[in-house]
Amino acid sequence: MMRTPAGHKVYAMAAEYPSAAALYQAAKHVRDAGFKRWDVFSPFPIHGMDEAMGLGKSWLSGWVLFGGVTGLLTAAVVEFGPSSILYKLDVHGKPWNFWTVRAFFPIMFELTVLFGAFAAFFSMLGMNGLPRWYHPMFNWERFVRVSNDGFFLAIEARDPRFTENGVRELLERTGGEHITIVHED
Amino acid sequence: MDGAPTAPEMTGTVEQQVARVPLVLHRRNFSWLTERISGVAEQPAPRWWWVAFAITSSIATFGLFCIGYLISTGVGTWGNQIPVGWAWDITNFVFWIGIGHAGTLISAILFLLRQKWRTSINRSAEAMTLFAVICAAVFPGIHVGRFWMAWYLAPAPNNWAIWQNFRSPLMWDVFAVSTYFTVSVLFWYTGLIPDLATLRDRATTKVRKFLFGIFACGWRGSNRNWRHYEMAYLLLAGLSTPLVLSVHSVVSFDFATSVLPTWHTTIFPPYFVAGAIFGGFAMVLTLLLPARAIFKLHDVITPQHVDKMAKIILLTGSFVAYAYAMEFFVAWYSGNSYERFAFWNRIFGPYWWYWWFGMLFCNCLSPQLFWFKWCRRNVFVVFFVSMCVNAGMWFERFIIIAGGLTRDFLPSSWRVYHPTWVDIWTYIGTIGIFTSLFLLFIRFLPMIAMSEVKTAVPEADPHYGIPPGTQSVSPGGKERTR
Repeated sequence: MMRTPAGHKVYAMAAEYPSAAALYQAAKHVRDAGFKRWDVFSPFPIHGMDEAMGLGKSWLSGWVLFGGVTGLLTAAVVEFGPSSILYKLDVHGKPWNFWTVRAFFPIMFELTVLFGAFAAFFSMLGMNGLPRWYHPMFNWERFVRVSNDGFFLAIEARDPRFTENGVRELLERTGGEHITIVHED
Repeated sequence: MDGAPTAPEMTGTVEQQVARVPLVLHRRNFSWLTERISGVAEQPAPRWWWVAFAITSSIATFGLFCIGYLISTGVGTWGNQIPVGWAWDITNFVFWIGIGHAGTLISAILFLLRQKWRTSINRSAEAMTLFAVICAAVFPGIHVGRFWMAWYLAPAPNNWAIWQNFRSPLMWDVFAVSTYFTVSVLFWYTGLIPDLATLRDRATTKVRKFLFGIFACGWRGSNRNWRHYEMAYLLLAGLSTPLVLSVHSVVSFDFATSVLPTWHTTIFPPYFVAGAIFGGFAMVLTLLLPARAIFKLHDVITPQHVDKMAKIILLTGSFVAYAYAMEFFVAWYSGNSYERFAFWNRIFGPYWWYWWFGMLFCNCLSPQLFWFKWCRRNVFVVFFVSMCVNAGMWFERFIIIAGGLTRDFLPSSWRVYHPTWVDIWTYIGTIGIFTSLFLLFIRFLPMIAMSEVKTAVPEADPHYGIPPGTQSVSPGGKERTR
């Protein structure tokens, strides 16, 4: 674990960039330099940044498929269970054989959507490690602008390629400003 | 990229041809947007806000009193009497649930269609959806009479081993409306998280820091987070799109599966969905035109936005007018004397003026003004038409529901419905609940999605300011060519 002369644990070396375009170009350089444990921070999602960082598609969609299928099966159990076994209901002599299953489709659809939406929301939080009330990046006073108009890039000290001078040189070369060490605590 | 010398020039001309009117006017930058939009929720409440909130919350409180009176005394306090078993209660339910549809259309369908202009209006439209669905959900709950039995709607095991009829459209409605509300909340909150982080980072008091800190979930704008976030948002939009079309379709099944003339029609699902979006956009404009004037948001909610919403009103209003005409045509063409009588009764019966004023003037004729550009660009005309549509859509639902019941098959049972003061004040009370909730929303939360509207600014483009052909394309990297 790297420490500063004052004894703080080092989380990362970070830089601020003047624009989304500058951050996008810098991300491509950091990706090509072979770093793995790094991240960029912006007030809004930047189009194409996933490719620029070398990240693939988010497989959150798998959880949503799982949620949707669970919802569909739940609806099938909730409808067929009572209607076929627990409480066979004869309404005005209307048919209630298996071929009336079409009347079950609306609720199957609704629960598919409901469970899929829950899966999307909770897997978004889960895959992002949220809610998380504390993060070392918040120790940097300039970082408050990340939710306003600031664009930041941080390379973590845990990355095997991390060397203080090498990373500083890379951030400078890509146009980073206010380059600093971010403390862990 | 074959090095042809004419390529950059070609690109230049194409870009000039497709140049668009900017969505954020006066070249406002990111910090201006943050400042102006967060500022609305951070400054002390202006005096007009307290006056407005005092009025609307008083109306809401009286509405709640009416609901309490209804529950404690019984549904006889309403004017509902056989054969008119459904009247203002279900009219109000359909009215409010319809209003919600514009919010989901803006947030989900326009998102999938990549309509960037939605970013200025989606947050407040989604909030409107939630508040409208809350008002809607009140009515089916209280109209059942024995309110404390409302939990029978849920398929929960009980002492009597009684279960619901899952083949009934009324049961579908329970699932449709509750799913709609829940998914709308999830979608709205997902969109809010980055903006709550903005308010957290700007907070100056301890209470605000704590509360926004909790609700922002520790959001830090990390791109590794944005990646999952954008996928979640896309999928929520994809799930909400069929959902919004299904909700009003299911509501219309409540009527369409009955045997009553004017209810028993297969045209109802698309007719109701178009009407819902029509009425909902009118309500979005009713709320946003005053809000943008008061908070000086003209650079974000531009004349272009109002113009586009007016066009959607014209389009969906024309669907609705077509559906009205088709109902009359089918009544005549079917040769069914009950059907013909019911529609004759709609124009010349006891509720004749509801039809002439509400359906014909407000819903069919007034939106036709939007064929003219100067009408779509004049906020007073737009506001007038929106108010007409708000009223017209309520009248339409009343005519469909109570108008059909008033004169059914047996003339001896005909009865004209008259609302009581409880009917009237319960409805006005829900308008109070709706406006109070909306006032609280604009007071405490960012009414425009900051993180989304920033993406509509040219500087948000990762290729902004870099002349074409001079970018460093690194080897091995996957580059988007678009």
